[in-house]
Amino acid sequence: MAEILIRNGFVIDPTRNINGDVADIAIKDGKIVESVGASAKVIDATGKTVMAGGVDVHAHVAGPKVNVGRLMRPEDKLHKSPHAQKNYRMESGFSIPSTFKTGYDYARMGYAFVMEAAMPPLHAPHVHEEIHDTPIIDQAALPVFANNWFVFEYLRNGEIENAAAYIAWLLKATKGYGIKVVNPGGTAAWAWGLNCLTLNDPVPYFDITPAEIITGLMKTNEYLGLPHSMHIHQNDLGNPGNYEITLESLRLAEGVAAKNNFGRDTVMHSTHIQFHSYGGDSWGTFESRAREVMDYVNKQKNISIDLGCVTLDETTTMTADGPFEHHITNLNHLKWANTDVEVETAAGVVPYVYDKNIKVSGIQWAIGLEMGLYAADPMRTFITTDHPNAGPFTRYPRIIKWLMSKQAREETLASFKHTDKVIDATNIHSMDRELSLFEIAQMTRAGPAKALGLSGMFGGLSVGMDASVGIFDLNVNDMPSDPEAIEKAFARACWFIKSGEIIVKDGDIVSHGNKRTIWVKPNVAENPQVIRDIEDKFLKDYSVGSDTYQVRDYLAPNPYVIEFDVEA
Amino acid sequence: MPKWITQVGCPYCGASCDDLEVLVSDDGKRVLETRNACAIGNEIFHHAQSPSRPKLPRMRQPDGSMKEVSYDEAIDYTAKTLLAAKKPLIYGFGSTNCEGMSAVARVAEKGGAVLDNCASICHGPSFLAIFDNGYPSCTLGEAKNRADVVVFWGCNPMHAHPRHTSRYSIFPRGTFTAKGQMTRTIICVDPRETDTAKLADHHLMVKQGHDYDLFDAFRTVLRGHDIPDEVAGIPKKTILDAAKVMKNARFVMIFFGMGCTHTDGRNHNVDIAISLTRDLNAHTKASIMAMRGHYNIAGPGQVWSWQFGFPYCIDLSKGTHAHMNPGETSSIDLAMRGEIDCFVNVGTDAGAHFPIRAVEQLKKHPFITVDPNICMASEISDLHIPVRVVGVEEPGVVYRMDNVPIQFKKVVDGPEGVPSDEELFDRVYERMCELTETEPIWLLAKDHAKAATNAEQ
Amino acid sequence: MAQITLKPTKVPELYLECYNITPDAFAGKSLMEIADLDAHEGKIKVKLGDYFDIAGQSGNTVEETAIKIEGDCSKVKYIGNKMTAGSITINGNADMYVGGWMKGGKIHVMGNVDSFCGIAMEGGEILVEGNAQNHVGCAYRGDWRGMRGGTIRIKGSAGNDIGTFMLGGTIIIEKDAFIHVSTHAEGGTVIIKGNVQGRVGGQMVKGDIYVLGSVQYMLPGFKKVGSVEQKIDGTEATFTHYVGDLGERHPKSKGKEVYANLYVLES
Repeated sequence: MAEILIRNGFVIDPTRNINGDVADIAIKDGKIVESVGASAKVIDATGKTVMAGGVDVHAHVAGPKVNVGRLMRPEDKLHKSPHAQKNYRMESGFSIPSTFKTGYDYARMGYAFVMEAAMPPLHAPHVHEEIHDTPIIDQAALPVFANNWFVFEYLRNGEIENAAAYIAWLLKATKGYGIKVVNPGGTAAWAWGLNCLTLNDPVPYFDITPAEIITGLMKTNEYLGLPHSMHIHQNDLGNPGNYEITLESLRLAEGVAAKNNFGRDTVMHSTHIQFHSYGGDSWGTFESRAREVMDYVNKQKNISIDLGCVTLDETTTMTADGPFEHHITNLNHLKWANTDVEVETAAGVVPYVYDKNIKVSGIQWAIGLEMGLYAADPMRTFITTDHPNAGPFTRYPRIIKWLMSKQAREETLASFKHTDKVIDATNIHSMDRELSLFEIAQMTRAGPAKALGLSGMFGGLSVGMDASVGIFDLNVNDMPSDPEAIEKAFARACWFIKSGEIIVKDGDIVSHGNKRTIWVKPNVAENPQVIRDIEDKFLKDYSVGSDTYQVRDYLAPNPYVIEFDVEA
Repeated sequence: MPKWITQVGCPYCGASCDDLEVLVSDDGKRVLETRNACAIGNEIFHHAQSPSRPKLPRMRQPDGSMKEVSYDEAIDYTAKTLLAAKKPLIYGFGSTNCEGMSAVARVAEKGGAVLDNCASICHGPSFLAIFDNGYPSCTLGEAKNRADVVVFWGCNPMHAHPRHTSRYSIFPRGTFTAKGQMTRTIICVDPRETDTAKLADHHLMVKQGHDYDLFDAFRTVLRGHDIPDEVAGIPKKTILDAAKVMKNARFVMIFFGMGCTHTDGRNHNVDIAISLTRDLNAHTKASIMAMRGHYNIAGPGQVWSWQFGFPYCIDLSKGTHAHMNPGETSSIDLAMRGEIDCFVNVGTDAGAHFPIRAVEQLKKHPFITVDPNICMASEISDLHIPVRVVGVEEPGVVYRMDNVPIQFKKVVDGPEGVPSDEELFDRVYERMCELTETEPIWLLAKDHAKAATNAEQ
Repeated sequence: MAQITLKPTKVPELYLECYNITPDAFAGKSLMEIADLDAHEGKIKVKLGDYFDIAGQSGNTVEETAIKIEGDCSKVKYIGNKMTAGSITINGNADMYVGGWMKGGKIHVMGNVDSFCGIAMEGGEILVEGNAQNHVGCAYRGDWRGMRGGTIRIKGSAGNDIGTFMLGGTIIIEKDAFIHVSTHAEGGTVIIKGNVQGRVGGQMVKGDIYVLGSVQYMLPGFKKVGSVEQKIDGTEATFTHYVGDLGERHPKSKGKEVYANLYVLES
């Protein structure tokens, strides 16, 4: 691979506390190096900002429910698909882009790694087929565990060791990355049309509660010492007044210590927290509780969060929280897809329009940004849209603009139909904080890489790290007065180098790179009981064979496997 | 010693059974025996062994006869024909794997073709209904484990999906349906007394073409309104009784087939069936599922949705973006209206399935068939290219009728020199790139041959 | 008003997609520039000038631009696509998507039109002297926002799927229609002056349908509530008033459910 020298850029690297110093970055064989030879390709970054490749901790970009969304929404493509770049694959869709467009768009924004946030294990081959067809970006996928019958049975009996052996087996079988929790217990209840809306609602037939599932999986995660913490979408998402249950479930992390060899300090990642920080007792009294939730997050240092910012677009909601999607379709009467997955999970998909003329949409928009602005530790607070739930990932540059510019926020606020009501129900109007590029780099690069246990590869520009580097048209000494320029700079990188290869030049894709599938393989001692249980469930409860279930190696042709031994 | 291979997938119907066992000869070249397969599935494994199978492409000669040609020649002809056409149509994919579908998509994009699959003449109306109303569904294991009321509407699995009722829908003992058939109430809606209807507790002999009216009656009743004394040939009391059975169920599973998609109204019959499923979810839990025909006919709907955003009828002719509008971009409409000037039939038999007028129109232009076997389409083609049989000689991912991916195995080697669909279309693509002096687009290095998969067995 | 005349010079082998035959694309352009506008035959990009003789003069603005097509357009799609003002007259038949996504202006077709005439229309007028195929004034696949405004008048008969997901505007079919009228509609008015076979107002939430002929099969979800006298498109008559689709959800206004209305001429 060619050598590259990026010269004279303003380097922002929170992992080394470098904030805009003019420096060179040398690249060789896909890694950052001390120096390169005279024949290296030189990229002049004078007057521009240089950051590590972006790391997305949570997006729905590959797999069955994403594809149901694509399939059932032809109107998401109509007059909305940009024209293909010559000699690249066609690009389709706005809120749920095709796999090709997903890879290209992330690369254009300078992103190197994206976590698929919910993989139904039974559908793992599908997830990997889509990851295979998503060019450039490195990807991993989190299998969902919090409504899985094996997990219920082991945790109900307090058998953390068995739960760990099962999860280790499943991560290997599905080429998964870690433990995803979605509406613990509630999704399993949904198989009978029910839900668990508090932490103490028992799961029908399984004699376990959401609180026990959360605690058990957190403990199992640390028993295994996985790179990432348990990653949770809490119960009662999206409902007025849900901030209390959010705080209650966050408190379950108190006293749990991180145990791993990947530099991770957190034990719980609470995702798309905007959807979980609502006050009021109806849509009429709906209001922001961002401050209460962030006050807790700020002091509880073993928790990380991502925002899930509403971007005020027509988008597509999709989640393994099956009962919630049924709830949404009853609110907006739009088409509804649902897929209950035997033994494991469920999923639903409903289109949704976040309309500037609707008060609740405006309040949701404000809450997402408030959470980012209240954050005391940007290394534990990450920018997401829960793509595509609160908006498409292609709006990250717009969120960065809003977080960096009070002027941009005020302009948007003023464009609402119910500006005054939104101001009354939120704090955004009184918040003057404007985040710095350094803080943005923490929230989109260094922070998520650390929470994912990938800080050795991503999120920084130290020697030896993966050479994924974005160069953006922003002069740290002369930041643009027009906030639109910030959005524009982050939407299309001047240059993006992914693992040592030039991918983007002047905002256009110039290479398909060499994407990797990252998965985690914890080796545990052989556990005969768990092996028996697996054989038994595939005979009795599943509709496929255990052999059919396990993802073949060729589906992930360029794997990066994080393999380690678990100490009992 | 001959060897039993277990957990083998069956390349026949949309039930995509993965519990077959196949006895293979010492040399790994012949299938000797199968277990667990239905009669048709069993036949597919044995038919693949037929000595009369074509092993080289055959090209139509000026005198009308077919002559064997090399694969290179066939690939060159296909590439040139696709490039020369103003609007080629590539259709089929009832019988191939997702790897093949993906390879074809690349060719279609390069050739500015319309890409369509057998759903176009089968469950395409179900897609239209899903576009308009969604799809509250589940995996087949859910039906097995939970459904206590099963509705078969316009479908006859006893014939079309021989093991469906024993594996998933009527007979199996599931987690919450421990007494199997005893646990389940079966409702069948069909104008005929099919073998599935004979198994039903309630058979509603709907007047042909009036399914929509009957669905509307069920919905009206569920909302507490009165209905006329007879709807679609069914007495009011029968409708009320059946509605009550569904409403009082713990889990209603509705399976529908071509009786809905191929009578007047088509997509609307499915659309209102989805509305009924939504309504039932206000009372209990309900799910609906299309009885997809072939073992991987759900595959193109998945692969092309993630690649282009549409499951079928995809017009790629603009080169810049994909367009889909069945009624315009659907195979039969395109053929009937004379809107295409080249036809490639892959892994299906358009010769047997299309209306004769459509075939006549297609025959005015180059007509190519890619299929392991001789079929009506191959015999009227200008070029027939044989490929390996998926599930027997070629592994790969297929999607079952409930969109669950099933990883099929290969059990024997294919005939020497005969490529898979994927290999064939990748070579066509490379030839198209050579002819147009463009760089091929591979997302990942092509050295990930499935050798690893074969070894896993 | 300035007028541009297009005279077809040859019949395309396949079909032409003439998404640029609109007052919006023609306004302010010279004849040379208009002849140079893109069209597609399959994957082949062609110019309007390859298929039409172009004469006359375009207006300075869209409003001032009239287009007259002197000849048959049976193999020409997308005439009047997304147009916002001005007018188009077609002295012959036209293929699919006449006035698709139209926002304003007028289209007059002397012959027949194929399917998807006035798809997702937002405003303006379409007048077809002959018959229409299917999907008159329907929504695009999957979109819950169908026709929102404007008027479509088909003087002949029409096929299935008239006004699917309609939210506003008026569709008048002067002769017969086949099946599926205003399916899933939440507004707008459809008037069928001839007979219709059935499935009138299925899954309909709100809106009005008038049938001046007969409905062969009424849906069970429609209930007779009375009889009204009304003048509809020049015809004064007594109609039987039905409400429905009772199987579908309905919004509430002042505590009462709002239904869709179906008025069928009393014989």
